[in-house]
Amino acid sequence: MLLRTRDVDKSYETAGGRQPVLSDVSFDLGAGETLALTGESGSGKSTLMHLLAGLDTPDRGTIEIEGTDIAAQDDAGRARLRRGTVGLIFQQFNLIPSLDVRDNLSFHARLAGRDPGDVAALAERLGLSDHLRRYPEQLSGGQQQRVAIGRTLLAAPRLVLADEPTGNLDEATGDAMIALMRESVTQMGAALLMVTHSTRLAAQLDRRLHLRAGRLAEDLPA
Amino acid sequence: MNRAALGALLAHWRRQPLQLLTLVVGLALATGLWTGVQAINAQARLDYAEAAATLGQDDLPRIEGDLSLDDFATLRRAGWPVTPVIDGTPPGPRLRVLGIDPFTAPQNGATPDLTDTADLTAFLDGRLVFAAEGTEVPESLPEVRRIANLAPGLVVADILAAQAILGTGRIDHMLILPEARGDLPPLAELLPDAERVEALAGSEIGRLTDSFHLNLTAFGLLAFAVGLFIVHAAIGLAFEQRRPLFRTLRALGLPAARLTLLLAAELVAFTLLGGALGIVLGYGMAAFLLPGVAATLSGLYGASVEGGLTLAPAWWLSGFAMAGIGLAVAGSQSLWQLARLPVLAPAMPRAWARARLSTLRRQGAGGLVLLLAAALVAIFGTGLVAGFVCLGALLLGAALLLPPVLSAVLSFGARRAKGALAQWLWADTQQQLPGLSLALMALLLALAANIGVGTMVGSFRDTFTGWLDQRLAAELYVRTVDEAQATELRAFLEGRVDAILPIVGTETSFEGMPGDLYGQPDDPTFRRNWPLLDAGPEVWDRLAAGEGALVNEQLARRTGFWSGAEVDLGAGGRREVLGVYSDYGNPRGQAILTLDAFRVAVPDMPETRFALRVPPAEVPALADAIAARFDLPEDGLVDQAALKGFSLDVFERTFAVTAALNVLTLVVAGFALWASLTTLGTMRLPQVAPVWALGLTRRGLALADLARALILAAFTAVLAIPTGVALAWVLLAVVNVQAFGWRLPLLADPGGWAVLSLWAIVAAALAAALPVWRLWRMPPAQLVQVFVHER
Repeated sequence: MLLRTRDVDKSYETAGGRQPVLSDVSFDLGAGETLALTGESGSGKSTLMHLLAGLDTPDRGTIEIEGTDIAAQDDAGRARLRRGTVGLIFQQFNLIPSLDVRDNLSFHARLAGRDPGDVAALAERLGLSDHLRRYPEQLSGGQQQRVAIGRTLLAAPRLVLADEPTGNLDEATGDAMIALMRESVTQMGAALLMVTHSTRLAAQLDRRLHLRAGRLAEDLPA
Repeated sequence: MNRAALGALLAHWRRQPLQLLTLVVGLALATGLWTGVQAINAQARLDYAEAAATLGQDDLPRIEGDLSLDDFATLRRAGWPVTPVIDGTPPGPRLRVLGIDPFTAPQNGATPDLTDTADLTAFLDGRLVFAAEGTEVPESLPEVRRIANLAPGLVVADILAAQAILGTGRIDHMLILPEARGDLPPLAELLPDAERVEALAGSEIGRLTDSFHLNLTAFGLLAFAVGLFIVHAAIGLAFEQRRPLFRTLRALGLPAARLTLLLAAELVAFTLLGGALGIVLGYGMAAFLLPGVAATLSGLYGASVEGGLTLAPAWWLSGFAMAGIGLAVAGSQSLWQLARLPVLAPAMPRAWARARLSTLRRQGAGGLVLLLAAALVAIFGTGLVAGFVCLGALLLGAALLLPPVLSAVLSFGARRAKGALAQWLWADTQQQLPGLSLALMALLLALAANIGVGTMVGSFRDTFTGWLDQRLAAELYVRTVDEAQATELRAFLEGRVDAILPIVGTETSFEGMPGDLYGQPDDPTFRRNWPLLDAGPEVWDRLAAGEGALVNEQLARRTGFWSGAEVDLGAGGRREVLGVYSDYGNPRGQAILTLDAFRVAVPDMPETRFALRVPPAEVPALADAIAARFDLPEDGLVDQAALKGFSLDVFERTFAVTAALNVLTLVVAGFALWASLTTLGTMRLPQVAPVWALGLTRRGLALADLARALILAAFTAVLAIPTGVALAWVLLAVVNVQAFGWRLPLLADPGGWAVLSLWAIVAAALAAALPVWRLWRMPPAQLVQVFVHER
């Protein structure tokens, strides 16, 4: 199993006391599988994404990626995991403002010590060929989103975590991007977990998890 | 409305205490360094004015020439309302003795009160003299009464007593009292050799020290400018961070004019707070540095300045004014932008930390124009003000050029970098440049000032040491109490020394300016060692034949008379300039005749000072023998090493204040760098968090931040070196020549520059330490917040 979570709890200290955000979350995700994570605002989707990416650690429970328990890793170990195994697509892109599109696309792969491969070909598929020498500030939100997707795909991670990756795209382009991600994940033998509010997009993936008030309410085939 | 809006605006500072601290401390440092320097200058000028006011001598016309008390009697008998004055420096601790006639001297607040008959008798008898509190006087002087209103270092005595103390029978000049009758017999009939000189404008010491004070002012202004960089950066940052708030306030109905007014009021509050702190700081700095300045002025010009500081209202008011001007300069751009801010301006902070190519180009072009202007002023400009204009253009031009040059270097580095991390580091450093550029410009100015002034002082020290070796060639210097003792000494020294070289001189005027005329025997000592800068053919033979005179560099530069020209040497007559010699540390013009020519020109001058040539090994024994045999004055016997030591000590003290200001300027620049790095450390979290999320550790990010600070400081230091060398050249070849009248060679000090560059890198490491440490230890939850805020 590529991703395995068991009995994950997470809470945060707030002014009104300790606030549980996730409770008893358990699920698996196999290689080649795609999964949509849905839920209301505040249901814990982002927190779960951050835990899966090793950006944060659970209070209880285990999260294993290819058999490695994230919580047992130190800072450097989790950084290594993010660099080499996990690929994150942020809702607000989080591109590197000081690098142009070409360097942003290849950045994660090179950071992981991998050959980014044919950057131009991917840029062509992403509709970014004419923008390779531009900087993020010179792109529209949709173009930046495509760069963020391309950056993750070129890094060839085993687990792709995407947070509303098509939120800034029109429907047709969004569908094309989802298709590209599914195709890439299948080719790489990786897995995709995507946070979305769109039931239409969720329906394009293999499975759907629904979070309600921090608990897994449904685990359904899409 | 005002209260609510002001509350919202001020809430920013509650949430950003570090920014508030940066702003207030920056303003306080800028104001403090400026007002401190002004306090020192004001105190020194006050003391000069006191010194000049003793007899009001600079405000009255005077009669000059080879004068005695008989001449005074002649003029009085003819009805001239004159008073005799003798003004001189006796041996021993630096002291100025002013001899007056109590019956004819003009009465003002600074003349001693002699209404008591007993005091008058004691004064006329030479048993009583007057001096200011704290003035050190030798025990050989009679009873000293301390009085207020006298300048420090000044002793007032009866004219006869003063003649005895100074060992002369002459008087310096006679002051002509105001409102003299118009039908007096002409001076030319009564005293054919005397001349009337009209009142001087301002005090003589004041004029002599003007250049020194101008130097201090320039340093104060430089430190003020460096401090303003901090203030400008803090205000600009606060403006950008509050941009969304401004938009909201405008959208809620606050007029643009009212918003601008409220922010202006905020600036006024900062002026009062930063200004008050700056004035306290400036006062402390001035009190700390004043003794050093006093030593400098005494060493350079013989000017006496009290160690105490007077707190004048004009001084602290000017401190507030400078704080206000500083804030107005630093905040005007933000206020202007605010006044023109559309209601629907983007709420996101403008990418203030984003390089704008066009801005960099304009900045670079401005820098080049200023450097060109500096070069033109250096070549074609004349006068001290031109020198300082040249300095200002050079420093500002170099500072403006720094960001574009750094941007180009970093861009080159990014293109050549291998690996994603290195490429990101170079590119990200370039990205941070606008946010750091003001601090880096401040660092460049401070480093350049250090290198420039350090090189000047180093060049001065080396040249001065070499010059001392030449000028102080004799092994022993002796001064006798009178001519009888001098004759006895000469007889004693026969056969004991290789040569006895009399040193004899008098004050006179050269081309109408005060100067000193010396007589010097023809001796191989001078022929071998005298440091000539310019000389005609067979200069020493012609001097020995009495065909002309040697003049010092100061006199040559002031009059424009070099070898071959004829110059009016006052008592020495009109003579050809045979050669020009360097004479560092002496603000006055000086000329040398051969001893025989001097004796003819100034016949009655007592010869009581001698330089003795003797094998060095025999110096201690001879000195002991002379001391045992003769009752010489307190400092009547000085060996060459002691004299050199004293001269070098004066030199070191002279530049102590400059060194202190150098260090303070560097500290201000270090603070600017720290403030900018700390602020950026907080602001750029959204740029750092994604890189962390992509797999770089916090440690790696922290080390990258440290490397960035070191890279920028190193490049700034590299660029500061040519700027500093150019600054040194301007100081040595333009400012010094105008201010002091001598020019020194520029001696490079690569070792010193390397050490200073290393210090800049250390300062950058220290400035970056806190933000780097924060990033290293930052809880992951805080970095994750960057992504949480997205939703």
